[in-house]
Amino acid sequence: MSSGVATFATIFFSMILVNNYVLVQFLGICPFLGVSKKLDSSVGMGLAVIVVMFIATAVTFPLQMFLLDRQGLAYMQTIIFILVIAVLVQLIEITLKRYIPALYKSLGVYLPLITTNCCVLGVTILAVQNYSADMAAYGFGFAYAEALICSIGAGVGFLVAMLLFCGVRQRVENAEPPESFKGLPITLVSAAITSLSFMGFGGLVENIINALM
Amino acid sequence: MSPILLAIVVLGLLGLAGGAILVLASKFMAVYEDPRIAEVAECLAGANCGGCGYAGCSDYAEAIVKNGAPTSKCAPGGSRATEAINRIMGQSGGSGPSLKAYVACNGGENCGKRFEYQGLKTCAAATGIAGGPSACSFGCLGLGDCTRACKFDALHVIDGVAKVDRDKCTGCTACTAVCPRGLLKIKPAASQPAVKCSNKEKGAAVNKACKVGCIGCGLCAKNCPNGAVTVENNLASIDYTKCNGCGACAEKCPKKAILWIEGKPQPVDVSGTGA
Repeated sequence: MSSGVATFATIFFSMILVNNYVLVQFLGICPFLGVSKKLDSSVGMGLAVIVVMFIATAVTFPLQMFLLDRQGLAYMQTIIFILVIAVLVQLIEITLKRYIPALYKSLGVYLPLITTNCCVLGVTILAVQNYSADMAAYGFGFAYAEALICSIGAGVGFLVAMLLFCGVRQRVENAEPPESFKGLPITLVSAAITSLSFMGFGGLVENIINALM
Repeated sequence: MSPILLAIVVLGLLGLAGGAILVLASKFMAVYEDPRIAEVAECLAGANCGGCGYAGCSDYAEAIVKNGAPTSKCAPGGSRATEAINRIMGQSGGSGPSLKAYVACNGGENCGKRFEYQGLKTCAAATGIAGGPSACSFGCLGLGDCTRACKFDALHVIDGVAKVDRDKCTGCTACTAVCPRGLLKIKPAASQPAVKCSNKEKGAAVNKACKVGCIGCGLCAKNCPNGAVTVENNLASIDYTKCNGCGACAEKCPKKAILWIEGKPQPVDVSGTGA
C-alpha cells in the first residue's frame, strides 16, 4: 500500500469502472432495466442510489465491527443489514419530505424502490468483506473511510451505468429492431454488450494510479 | 447467554429501535397534505399526458388546490372533469370548448422525395439531415414521432402522413410539442374545414413539391362569408373564432389544400362570431 490517497483513489475508480456493480458484478439489474427508459428518471434513480448506499454503509459498517463481530453474530449479517437499510430508507424519505421537498420530488419516488435492492445490500456486505481486515492493520478510521469511499464509488458506478445504458436504449428503440426482439429481448442483448465493454477495464485503474503515484 | 437467545434479543432490539425511530419520525416530521389534492387527482383523466402544462395529473391537482390554477385545463377529462373539480373546489368556471388535434399537412404520397432516408426512424432525426427527405421542407415526415407521443392511440401514419383519429383524440396537445415541424395543431372539435398545408413558399415552389399544397391564391379568403380565412406568407389560415363551418373555402380551393378534416362535412349553423 503506497499511500492513503492512492488506496482511496484506486477503490473509488475501480468501483466505478472495474467492479461496476451493475455491469460487472450484476447487482441491481432490476432498476437498471426498469428505470433506464428515460434520462431524467435514470438520473433520479442513480442519485437516490448514491445517497442510500453511502448512508447505509455509514451505518452498517460500524454496526458489523462493533456489534456483530464482537458478539459472534456475524452470521446474522444479512437479516440485520436488510432491517437497518429498510429503516434507514424510510427515515430518509420522511426527512426529505419534511425538510427538502424539492429533493423529495426528484428522488422520492425512487426511494421505496431501493429499500431492499440487492446492490445496496451488496455494497454494505462487500464493504465489510473487503475492508474489515484493514481495521486490525490500520485502525477503524482507515477501514471506515475505505468502506465509505467504496460505497460512493459504487453509487457513482451505478449512475454511470444507468446513464450509459439509457443512451444505448434510446438509440436501440429508435432503430426499430425486428418484432421478435422488441422490448426486453433487445434490451437484455444490449445490456450484455454494454457489460462486455466494461470487462475491458479489468486491471486498468490500479495500474494507472500506481503509475501516477 | 446462549447464542440463539443473543441473536433473538439483538435482532428484536434492533427491530424495536428501528420501529420506534420511524414512528417518532413520522409523528414529528409529518407533512400536512390537503385531502382535496387526492380528490381532484381522482377527477382528472389520469393519463399523465402533460397537456395541461404540468408534470402530470397529480402535479396539476396540487397546482389547482394550492395555487388556484384554472380547473379547465384537463383536455382528456373534458367538461366532466372540470365540473367535478369545481364541485370539490367550490367554485364555478366555464370549461373551454372541446378541442381536438389536426395535422396541417396532407402530403404523404402527394409529396415528392428528395432522397431516400435510411437513418433513425424518428422525425426529429430525419428533419436534421439536409432539411429532411421530403420535397416539401414544411411537410409531414411520416416517421411517427407524434404516434409515439400520443397516449390515446389517436395518431397514426397512413400513406406517409400522420392522421388524427378524431374519435380517440382528446385534445391534450401532447403531440403538438413533439412534431419537429409543428404540423399538429389544435382546433375546436366542431366540424369545420382546416388548412391541410403548412408550406410558406411561393405557389410555383409549392406546386413542384406537392400536389395538394397551399399556393396562397387567396380564393378561400375572398369566398369566406365571415372573413375567417386570411392568407399570410403564401399560406391560408382559418380563424376559428369566426368560422361557422360553411365550407365555402374547402369548395373553392383549387388545390384541395383546405379540407374537411377527418370527418364528414356537417356545416354547423353558428351565426356571428361564437364557434
